[in-house]
Amino acid sequence: MTVQTSRREFMKAGAVSGGLVLAFALAPKAGAQGQQPATPPLQPFNAYVRIAPDETVTITSKNPEVGQGIKTMLPMLIAEELDVDWSKVRIVQADNDPTIYGRQFAGGSMATPLHWEELRRVGGAGRAMLIAAAARGWGVSPAECTTTPGVVVHAASGRRATYGSLAAKAAAVPVPDPKSLTLKDPAAYRIIGKPRAQYDTAKIVTGQPLFGIDVQVPGMLYATYEKAPVFGAKVAGADLAAAQGVKGVRKAFVVEGGTELSGLLPGVAVVADSWWAARKGRDRLNIRWAEHPTSAQSSAGFQARADELAKAKPQKNLRNDGDIDAALKGAARTVQAAYAYPFLAHAPLEPQNCTAHFQNGKLEIWAPTQNPEPGRQLTARTLGIKPEDITIHMIRGGGGFGRRLSNDYMVEAAWIARETGRPVKLLWTREDDLRHDFYRPAGFHYLSGGLDASGKLVAWHDHFVTFGEGDQYAPSARMSENEFPARFVPNCRLDVSTMPIGVPTGPLRAPGSNALAFVMQSFIDELAHAAGADPYEFRMRLLAAQTEVPEGQGAFNPRRMEGALRAVAEMSGWGKTKLPARTGMGIAFYYSHLGYFAEVVRASVDADGNVTPEKVWVAGDVGRQIINPFGALNQVEGSALDGLSEALHQKVTIENGAAVESNFDTYPLMRISEAPPVEVKFVTTDFPPTGLGEPALPPVIPALCNAVFAATGKRVRSLPIDPAQLKA
Amino acid sequence: MAFKLNVNGKVREADVDPDTPLLWTLRDALGVLGPKFGCGVGQCGACTVHLDGQPIRSCVTPVSAVQGKITTIEGIGASAVGQRVQQAWTELDVAQCGYCQPGQIMSATALLTKNPKPTDADIDAAMNGNICRCATYGRIRAAIKRASGQRGEA
Repeated sequence: MTVQTSRREFMKAGAVSGGLVLAFALAPKAGAQGQQPATPPLQPFNAYVRIAPDETVTITSKNPEVGQGIKTMLPMLIAEELDVDWSKVRIVQADNDPTIYGRQFAGGSMATPLHWEELRRVGGAGRAMLIAAAARGWGVSPAECTTTPGVVVHAASGRRATYGSLAAKAAAVPVPDPKSLTLKDPAAYRIIGKPRAQYDTAKIVTGQPLFGIDVQVPGMLYATYEKAPVFGAKVAGADLAAAQGVKGVRKAFVVEGGTELSGLLPGVAVVADSWWAARKGRDRLNIRWAEHPTSAQSSAGFQARADELAKAKPQKNLRNDGDIDAALKGAARTVQAAYAYPFLAHAPLEPQNCTAHFQNGKLEIWAPTQNPEPGRQLTARTLGIKPEDITIHMIRGGGGFGRRLSNDYMVEAAWIARETGRPVKLLWTREDDLRHDFYRPAGFHYLSGGLDASGKLVAWHDHFVTFGEGDQYAPSARMSENEFPARFVPNCRLDVSTMPIGVPTGPLRAPGSNALAFVMQSFIDELAHAAGADPYEFRMRLLAAQTEVPEGQGAFNPRRMEGALRAVAEMSGWGKTKLPARTGMGIAFYYSHLGYFAEVVRASVDADGNVTPEKVWVAGDVGRQIINPFGALNQVEGSALDGLSEALHQKVTIENGAAVESNFDTYPLMRISEAPPVEVKFVTTDFPPTGLGEPALPPVIPALCNAVFAATGKRVRSLPIDPAQLKA
Repeated sequence: MAFKLNVNGKVREADVDPDTPLLWTLRDALGVLGPKFGCGVGQCGACTVHLDGQPIRSCVTPVSAVQGKITTIEGIGASAVGQRVQQAWTELDVAQCGYCQPGQIMSATALLTKNPKPTDADIDAAMNGNICRCATYGRIRAAIKRASGQRGEA
């Protein structure tokens, strides 16, 4: 895409052509993690809705799009309550502007819970303003008027007025109190609940420029940036002249950088007329890296240290219900196991990139980011400029998975652009991406469980060894004191010990949960088998152990999980299916991101130990309404396959302080020949709708591992699954 | 060095070094942005274009080695098969992030041009070089079946 007009010019152009006739915004509610954004005032010229005289309705989508379908889904909420035809709706992507939109981010599957009420009220307010304008013109009470899509109707007199004809007057009507609005009865929905293709589908299938990598700014140059394999090591020397000798290279320079792993790290930039020239220049840099204190760290070393820590007294206690020692001693049967999972990369298919232009003290950024505002703050801090002098255009990202919640590529592009004095598009290689990620942290769990004579789970102890120092955990490396089955077992002790790390870690799709589900739901399976119980029945009994249903959204409701489990058992023919030799079915559930998911995998294991997932069944409860069934199914199917891909293939190995895997030959992603069919059922319950970007992922991993156990009698306690351990 | 390339039926001239991959010649020299960069080593298929109707990985094909007609995602709709594939992709709303889909559509069109009624095994063989990180594989398979006039998967 060629970017020539700034947002301000665009808005002005809209006004001049008569397009900008109705615009309003409502104050957003509190953002994620309880952060309170500055409450934006109502601003008529920065808004969600514009209605043109030709009846087209332009709706702004506030959040970044990285494939989760939000650019389509959020406007559906507004359009429904505004009461317009979906075919008349045009969607535009908002820029980053917290003064108008509050928090704008793609993370935590939070867009649905945060916007379900709010954006329907934006649409409802617009409808009320259009009705008010029509009623005033007709000299009737607004209460006598109603709407059909795109038209205000006064039934008593048979008068009708289209939204396009009313929009100019409606814009002058005071914005109603959102709380005063009556929203539609769901039975009347015309848009919500109907499958809608992504708004950008036509552009995707015809290859039109959409993504960060496609941004073109007049006069733009191309950049590469090489950082040390050992995270944060400084540049000791580089052959800048050799790089500059390559045809097309304009400039090569050292960036001092800092020590904050999520910030601008030291490296060498090469800027050229084309990206290929920049890459060739980079190949000649022959960079010498300074010694770094973390250069001896390794995955094997972390495992060895974890085993040592597991034998010592835990550093911290998270929870201590009942008397775990007495319960284990008195148990009819005990099981002990050590579980481990590796570092993982995100590997979105579009490598990290960002385009930046620094001019007259102001910075303009085009970024495929999931989290623009923290990027703006980081960039401002690093460059020593004011956040108000930075404009961020949010560009569609070719996958996110949590990687683009970090903004390292943004601050790099900004720095390089300022040094260069021209617009610059920074693009990483795949090797840069896999070796400079914020990895899903590895983790180590040392578990003991106890069953009474009736086979009931009475004792659960986990000593979790993770990364951190003192009271600080490394990002995404912590476990909650409520981790299931806590609260469902009378004697439950959760301990934790930490070790320091120099590897950047961060959230990967369903952070925490994507690892903890594997551990907890696999060990529960071990205990079910030790009790001689059916793994489904054992789980149902475990859930029934807690009769109290806590108040408030976010608290785990065991009744909803039972519903999902029951549904998946029924769909999959659990316990009723005869299977061939070395084929098994595994079941698991997990609650994350407010979603209740229970899943069954059927898998076969060949004589060489190769695992083939043959089919996945998913039952999920995300409340009373699926907003866009097309997008919802796509997210759930993709999450399930993503989890299988992690379990079967993926690991990042740290050696000598650096990541070993560098491209898809060593970091394989699932391919079509491996992808089993995924059957999905949404269990609807009368709770507010919640998000779907993540919660279907975690349970598929233990469901697969439990299927492997059913097929082979061998328990997977370390990921990725190692076929050598599963040979016939 | 100047190279003459026939891209989507038009002869274009690109002034690049001979070792420049076709992908970067298309993207940076000619502004043809549909083919995507994913791995740079021919592992992911995001860069797939057709050379005389055959799918090739443009990220590992030096421009100096290219002789023949290049078709990219921007031009694939000119063929009846390409149009049907794009149509099926739209109807089933295959994409999530969409980044790999130009490459997927190029591989699918090449498959259906050669083999109008592919089996699941044919689809796996032809499409295995194209990674979809969002894992839209079920819909990709169904869309190929639909474009071939066969019934999609349940």
